[in-house]
Amino acid sequence: MISATLKRVAPQLVILAVVLLMNFAVFPGFFHIEFQNGRLFGNLIDVLNRGAPVALLSIGMTLVIATKGIDLSVGAVMAIAGAVAAAVVTGGGGWLTALLAAIAAGLLCGAWNGILVAILRVQPIVATLVLMVAGRGIAQLITEGKIMTFLNPGLIHLGAGTVAGIPTPILIWIAAGIIVTAIVRGTALGMLIESIGINETASRLAGINSRALLIAVYLISGLGAAIAGVIVAADIKGADANNAGLWMELDAILAVVIGGNSLLGGRFSIVASLIGALIIQSVNSVILLSGMPPEFNLVIKALIIIVILVIQSPRIKHTLYLLRASAGPAPRETTLHDTDPVAKESRP
Amino acid sequence: MIRSPRLPLYITIATFILAFAICVSQYPAMLSTRVVANLLTDNAFLGIAAAGMTFVIISGGIDLSVGSVIAFTGVFLAVVMRDFPVHPLVAFAMVLAITISFGAAMGAIIHYLEMPPFIVTLAGMFLMRGLAYVMSTDSVPVTHDFYNTLQGIYWKAPGGGRFRMIGGLMILTYVVAMIVLHRTKFGQNVYAIGGSPVTAKLMGVPIAKTTIGIYAVSGGLAGLAGIVYSLYTSAGYSLATVGVELDAIAAVVIGGTLLSGGSGFVAGTFFGILIMGLIQTYIVFDGSLSSWWTKIVIGGLLFAFIMLQKGLSWATTMRRKPAAEFATRS
Repeated sequence: MISATLKRVAPQLVILAVVLLMNFAVFPGFFHIEFQNGRLFGNLIDVLNRGAPVALLSIGMTLVIATKGIDLSVGAVMAIAGAVAAAVVTGGGGWLTALLAAIAAGLLCGAWNGILVAILRVQPIVATLVLMVAGRGIAQLITEGKIMTFLNPGLIHLGAGTVAGIPTPILIWIAAGIIVTAIVRGTALGMLIESIGINETASRLAGINSRALLIAVYLISGLGAAIAGVIVAADIKGADANNAGLWMELDAILAVVIGGNSLLGGRFSIVASLIGALIIQSVNSVILLSGMPPEFNLVIKALIIIVILVIQSPRIKHTLYLLRASAGPAPRETTLHDTDPVAKESRP
Repeated sequence: MIRSPRLPLYITIATFILAFAICVSQYPAMLSTRVVANLLTDNAFLGIAAAGMTFVIISGGIDLSVGSVIAFTGVFLAVVMRDFPVHPLVAFAMVLAITISFGAAMGAIIHYLEMPPFIVTLAGMFLMRGLAYVMSTDSVPVTHDFYNTLQGIYWKAPGGGRFRMIGGLMILTYVVAMIVLHRTKFGQNVYAIGGSPVTAKLMGVPIAKTTIGIYAVSGGLAGLAGIVYSLYTSAGYSLATVGVELDAIAAVVIGGTLLSGGSGFVAGTFFGILIMGLIQTYIVFDGSLSSWWTKIVIGGLLFAFIMLQKGLSWATTMRRKPAAEFATRS
C-alpha cells in the first residue's frame, strides 16, 4: 500500500525536489532550520506554513474533481468564513465559537453547491460560479465593506501561533490531510467517489447513493475553505472581504492538476495534491528568494502549468505509449504512466 | 411561444424592460438619454468581451483569459505609445494581431492536446496577466492627440445624452457577431460543436478549424475590448479588469445561453450586459445601497436564470416522452 502510494506520487516528489534544489541554488541557507523563542524558523518551515491555505483547499478540491466536478467558490467561501469569524469575535464571542460559526458558514456554502449539483443537476462549473460571484458580496455585507480587525488571541493563534514550536497552520493541514485520507481510503468511500467520476449513471445503477456522496464532497470542500479562510484572517488579524482567498480557487485546482489528478474525474490521490500545493508554494519561494522581480511570478507559473499540461495531455501520453510499445516487448514502467489510470488498465 | 427556442431570449428582454420600468417608477430621472448613453459607454468594453465569450460558450467551452487580455492590451498600448513613436492605429493593429494569435494558440492547444478549455485558458489568464506585469506595474497614462480626437467623437441626443464612439463600436460588434453566428457556415459549425462534438465530427464539421477560430474570435474581441478600455480610461494598468471574465460569463448566462453549449443568442448577451449595467446605475441613483449589492444581485440573477434553463429543458423532455414511448412501441 505504501509502496503503491510512493510510486503514484513519485513524479510529484521529483518535481518538488527539483524546485527545492532550485531554492537551495538561489539561496544556500534555504534548508537551514533553527529553534528560537520556542518556535521553528527557516525557509522550509515558511513554505509549509504559507502553503497551508492552498493545501487545505486542495484536499476538498481533489475529491470534488474526482467526481468530475469543480468548485470555483472556495475563494469566496474563504472570504465569508473569515468575515464570520471576525464578526463573532468583535461581537464578544470566544475563538471556539468563532471557529465553529465559520465552519458552519463553510458547510452551508458547501451544502448549497452540493444541492445545486446533486439534486438540481446543474453543471458544477455553473453551480459554483453563482457563489463565486455572490460570495464576496455576502462577505462584504458581513464586514460592512471594511477590513474587520480583531485582537482575540485564541483566534490569532490559529493563523500565527505555534504548538510545540511548529506553526499551527502546518499542523492543521497535515491533520486534515491524514483524517480525510484515512476516511476515504480506510473505507470504500474513496472508490465509490472515483466510480461516480468515471460513470455516474453506471454507479447509480450499481446501487451507489451518488446524491449523498456528491453533496458530501462539496461539504468537505466548503469545510476546508472555511478553515483556510479562518487561518488567512487570523494571520493578518483581520477579515478582508475583497482580497482574502482571491484567486485561490485557481491555485487549488492547479495543485490538484499538478498532483496528476485528471480534471475528467476518476482516480485521485490526496497526497499528490498536497505535494502539488507545496510545489506551488516552493515556486513562489524561488521567485522571491532569487530576487527576481515578483512581476515574473505569474509568467513562470503559467509556463509551468503549460509544461505540466502538455506532459499530462492524453494525446502526448498516447504517443509516448505507442513509442514505448514499439521500442521493445517489455516496456519498462516509467513515472509518466502511473498517473494515468486509463493507460494502466489498457496496458497488455 | 413556449415551444420557441428563443424563449430564454424573450425572457431576458422582458426582464430588462421590467427592471428598467421599476427603476423609472422609483427614479423618474432615469428615463433620460443621458442614462441610456452612459449605460452604453460604461459597459462598452465588457459588452465586446462578452460577445466573444458567447461564441466560446455556445461551442461548449469557456474562456477565462478575457480579463487578463484586456489588461494586457491596455498596458501594451500605453507602453508602446510611450516608448516608440507609433501611431495609435498601428499600435491597435499590433495588439489585435497579438491577441488573435494568442486566442488561436489556446484553441490549438485545446483541440490538438485534447485538454479541457477551463485549464488551458486558466494558464492563458496567468500568462497574459503576468506579461502585463512584466511590461509595467504602474499605471501608464496615454497622451496622444489621436486619443483625444477619438474620445471627442459623439452624437448629442436630445435630452443631453452623449452617445460616444465606443458605445457605437459595441453595438456594431453585436450586429457583426449576430450576422456571423446566425448567417454564416462558421456560425452553424459553432452551434454544431456545442450541441455534440461527436455528431459534428461525423457530419463533417471541420472541428480543428472551428475550435481555433472560436478562440481566435474570443481573443480578438478581448483585444478590441482592451482598446476600448484604453480609450475609456486613457491609461494602461496591469491590475485593471480583474474578474471581468466572470462578469462576461454572467452576462452570457443571464442572456439565456446554455453553459453546456449548443444553444444561445448574441442578442441575449447584449441585454444581459444592459441588465447588469442597469443594476449598477440603480445603486448609483439610490446612493444609500453599497456597491457589494451589485455582486449579490448578479449572483441571484445568475441563479434564477440557471433554474429557468433547468425548468425549460425539463419541460421539453417531459413533452417528448410520450412521443419516444410511441416510437419504441411501434
